[in-house]
Amino acid sequence: MTGTGTATLAASTAAHGFLSPTGVEIVFLLVGLVTLGAAVVTVTTKQLVHAALWLVVALGGLAVEYLLLTAEFIAWVQVLIYVGSVVVLLLFGLMLTKAPIGRSPDADSGNRWAALGVAVAAAAALVWVVADAFRTTWIGLDGDAPQGTTKVSGEILFRHWVLPFEALSVLLLAALVGAIVLSRKRGKEEKR
Amino acid sequence: MSTTTTAVLVPLLPFLGAVAGLLTGRRAPGFVRPLAVLPTLAAAVLAAVVAWRQGGGDAIDAAGRLTPTGSVPIDLALHLDGFAVLVALLVGVVATCVQLYSTAYLRDDPRYPSYAALVSLFTAAMLLVVYSGDLMVLLVGWEIMGICSYFLVGHYWETEAARSASLKAFLVTKLGDVPFLIGILALAADAGTFRINGILTAVTSGGIDHPTLIALLLLAGVAGKSAQFPLHTWLPDAMAGPTPVSALIHAATMVAAGVYFVARLLPLFAASTAALVVLAVMAAVTMVGSGLAALAQDDIKRVLAYSTVGQLGYMTGALAVGDRDAAVFHLVSHGAFKALLFLGAGVIIHAAGTNSLAAMARTGGLAKRIPDAYWTMTVALLALAAIPPFSGFFSKEAVLGAAEHAASGDAKGIPGAAGWLVLAAGLLTALLTAAYATRLWLMAFRGTGPEAADHGKQPAAMNTVLWILFVPTLALGLAAWKLPDWFDGGSLTPTLTTSVLSTGCALAGAIVMYAAWRRTAALAARTPLGAVAADPDAAPYVSEEESIATHEAAYGDIAAAPDPADPGRALLGPLHRHAAAGFHLDAVYSALFVRPTRAAARLARFLDREVVETYVRGTAGAPRLLGEAVRRAQTGNVQTYLSALFAGAVVLAVAAVLVANGA
Amino acid sequence: MHLVYPAVLAALLFCTGLYGVLARRNAILVLMSVELMLNAVNLNLVAFDVWLRDELHAGQALTLFTIAIAAAEIGIGLAIVLQVHRNRGTADVDRLRDLRDDAPDAGSDTERADREEKAEAAA
Repeated sequence: MTGTGTATLAASTAAHGFLSPTGVEIVFLLVGLVTLGAAVVTVTTKQLVHAALWLVVALGGLAVEYLLLTAEFIAWVQVLIYVGSVVVLLLFGLMLTKAPIGRSPDADSGNRWAALGVAVAAAAALVWVVADAFRTTWIGLDGDAPQGTTKVSGEILFRHWVLPFEALSVLLLAALVGAIVLSRKRGKEEKR
Repeated sequence: MSTTTTAVLVPLLPFLGAVAGLLTGRRAPGFVRPLAVLPTLAAAVLAAVVAWRQGGGDAIDAAGRLTPTGSVPIDLALHLDGFAVLVALLVGVVATCVQLYSTAYLRDDPRYPSYAALVSLFTAAMLLVVYSGDLMVLLVGWEIMGICSYFLVGHYWETEAARSASLKAFLVTKLGDVPFLIGILALAADAGTFRINGILTAVTSGGIDHPTLIALLLLAGVAGKSAQFPLHTWLPDAMAGPTPVSALIHAATMVAAGVYFVARLLPLFAASTAALVVLAVMAAVTMVGSGLAALAQDDIKRVLAYSTVGQLGYMTGALAVGDRDAAVFHLVSHGAFKALLFLGAGVIIHAAGTNSLAAMARTGGLAKRIPDAYWTMTVALLALAAIPPFSGFFSKEAVLGAAEHAASGDAKGIPGAAGWLVLAAGLLTALLTAAYATRLWLMAFRGTGPEAADHGKQPAAMNTVLWILFVPTLALGLAAWKLPDWFDGGSLTPTLTTSVLSTGCALAGAIVMYAAWRRTAALAARTPLGAVAADPDAAPYVSEEESIATHEAAYGDIAAAPDPADPGRALLGPLHRHAAAGFHLDAVYSALFVRPTRAAARLARFLDREVVETYVRGTAGAPRLLGEAVRRAQTGNVQTYLSALFAGAVVLAVAAVLVANGA
Repeated sequence: MHLVYPAVLAALLFCTGLYGVLARRNAILVLMSVELMLNAVNLNLVAFDVWLRDELHAGQALTLFTIAIAAAEIGIGLAIVLQVHRNRGTADVDRLRDLRDDAPDAGSDTERADREEKAEAAA
């Protein structure tokens, strides 16, 4: 694994520069910008429902990025679960908590500036570290074997990861039951 | 039983009696009186046996060493010479008398068991001091006497006067005891032993390097214990104790311990001319000052207390002129008649219901009510005033004769100035003594006014004791011809010059006082004055306690009364006010010691409250402030917590990266 | 493709989500921000999986697990938020401050007032 990495690294240093991007890179960058923009609007907008809708854009953008990284199964799962169910759940949550429609001036708490500082610092630190470490690393996307097709994912999932997968299903069941128990109205207390 | 064994038993028996009394006193009240009287009586008898066996011959020495104790060894040593055995006999007899007297005087006192045990313990300690041949052992007895005195003076601790008097007695004598201890240690360091014999050998062979310094240090302790100027102020106040205690401790024995100590170590003091001069000055000031003060006192016991101070001054005067025979002779005879005077005063206080002479002067017929006390006290007062042929005359003559001997330069190594000083002061004091003795007698027994109430006959134990002590008071003077065999051998018989001079002074003092009394006595009827005890039929100690507690309230002063009929006041004139207050020595002490101590205490209190406490409060306050600050952070807002958490994580991550890169 | 692009994108998305978690008042918006952070991690996982050409595809498997767990989390989280909203009438994170440490003076003041009232009642 390490041997492969260093070989790729040695090969890529000469072959690929930042000034001559490939087509995939250009698309990835553009979609990434849209995703990041949508994410930023999600966390800053004053309209709660709009935030949920912008979240759809961000998550969808991420799905496209997965596709570009040749992980097609993950991309479809992303679309299915996140865009299809999680955001719907969130919208339900907004409605059930009587979230105001339209601009709500108090969408941000007083902690905002501290949050901004922490976030910017964390971003600077992370970007610096990541860029410093992977400056010259190249991913060969057009390789011999497909990386993330449904077939490959299915094989590894049900051959190597079958036990964690089953455990996960138990966890999901537990979460299901827990959510029902939590949100169920307590009949007796309500009557009283 | 050998003489040594007998002598060991003498201090041991009262000690065992005291221990037994303290242990059983509460549980077996029936044994208290026998346990108080019998060991003391046995000790007195044994002391007599020892004295008879010793017989004035060579000193008997016996010593045992329990264990090595470091550089200078401490021995359990006995030294029995003529001085020791006779003083021990005096202590034994007086202690027995006092124990007998106390059984009647304090008959219903709930604290009698502890009182009797303390008196026994005191007797044991005094006998130990007398017999001891080792300075450290002597010091043990010396300090036990001090603490017993403290407890016994404070016997009536319900009264304010007794409480403060006991504290004062303890503190003032301690003030002298500290230099005393240093002096003993310095002496032992020079001589290399605590044994008195060894020290005296060292003195004669010139082995003591600093005789003056050591003698002066020891004199401080002697002045404290023997109530010499300037440490005498505790003695008059100590009269707030029960009368038998005053008789035993503050007249006959304990205060004599200082004199006895100097007599034992006289060669040491004689080696230093300065010490002798200091001793002479001390004696002279003490004699004259106490005589004047005694003239002004109203409390009968305080008169006697100042008289004790003065008589002790005679003894130190005799020592200052290097004649310990005369000093111890006067010690013995004074011990007898002063014990008699005090015990008689106890009877008077009970019969009159007051301790105030002014009140007694307004009561008629007191002499008829208590004939035993009247006759014995009359003789004792004559002895005190040194009227021949009573014992006081002979012993005082011995002192004055020694002083005259020294003044004429016949005594070897004694400065003539000391002799002149003691002689002059002694003659003046003889006049004053006769004057205040006459005043006491006239005011107590020749009062005019309503008849004294009849409280029945005084207890037999008390009267018997008076007559027992009457014998030596009357006849001890005859011993002047016999005693030199027991002592150093110098003549103690009166010489013509001093006899005529001192008897003349005494007669003059008595006559002047009588004349003054004739003039002022008439005033007594015109100024009513006096308060008597509320419980005349209770035990004698009740009368005394009540009169002590009420004296200041009734007469305006603890010492004097505003009585125009007092002949002492007429004679002293403007001096009376100062004499009554003991020449304001207490005020001087207050300014010198009490006030600085109080100021230091206030300063310490201030430092503690304001400075030290500030730090303590600071140590509590700083965490409290920090806690307040930290509490601010505890807002309950989860987002704030998370912000801090993530900020910390970022900082840690950056630090980790920097460290990993070797920055 | 350079690994830097997905890695930096993931980092920025993560920090955006972080900002949202710390700054948003509505609990559901906070949950959305949490989703953003999880997705940033997912992107990282996928990118590194592709780069390393792992035989077991641990990255993709882990991504799937993360998505599943995120779904469970959002379900439970929403249930909790709904419960809180039902009990307290609000879902604002910064108004849920039961863990705040109240100043002791206020408490003692009320106690003193109580005592005074009692004293008055007794009088």
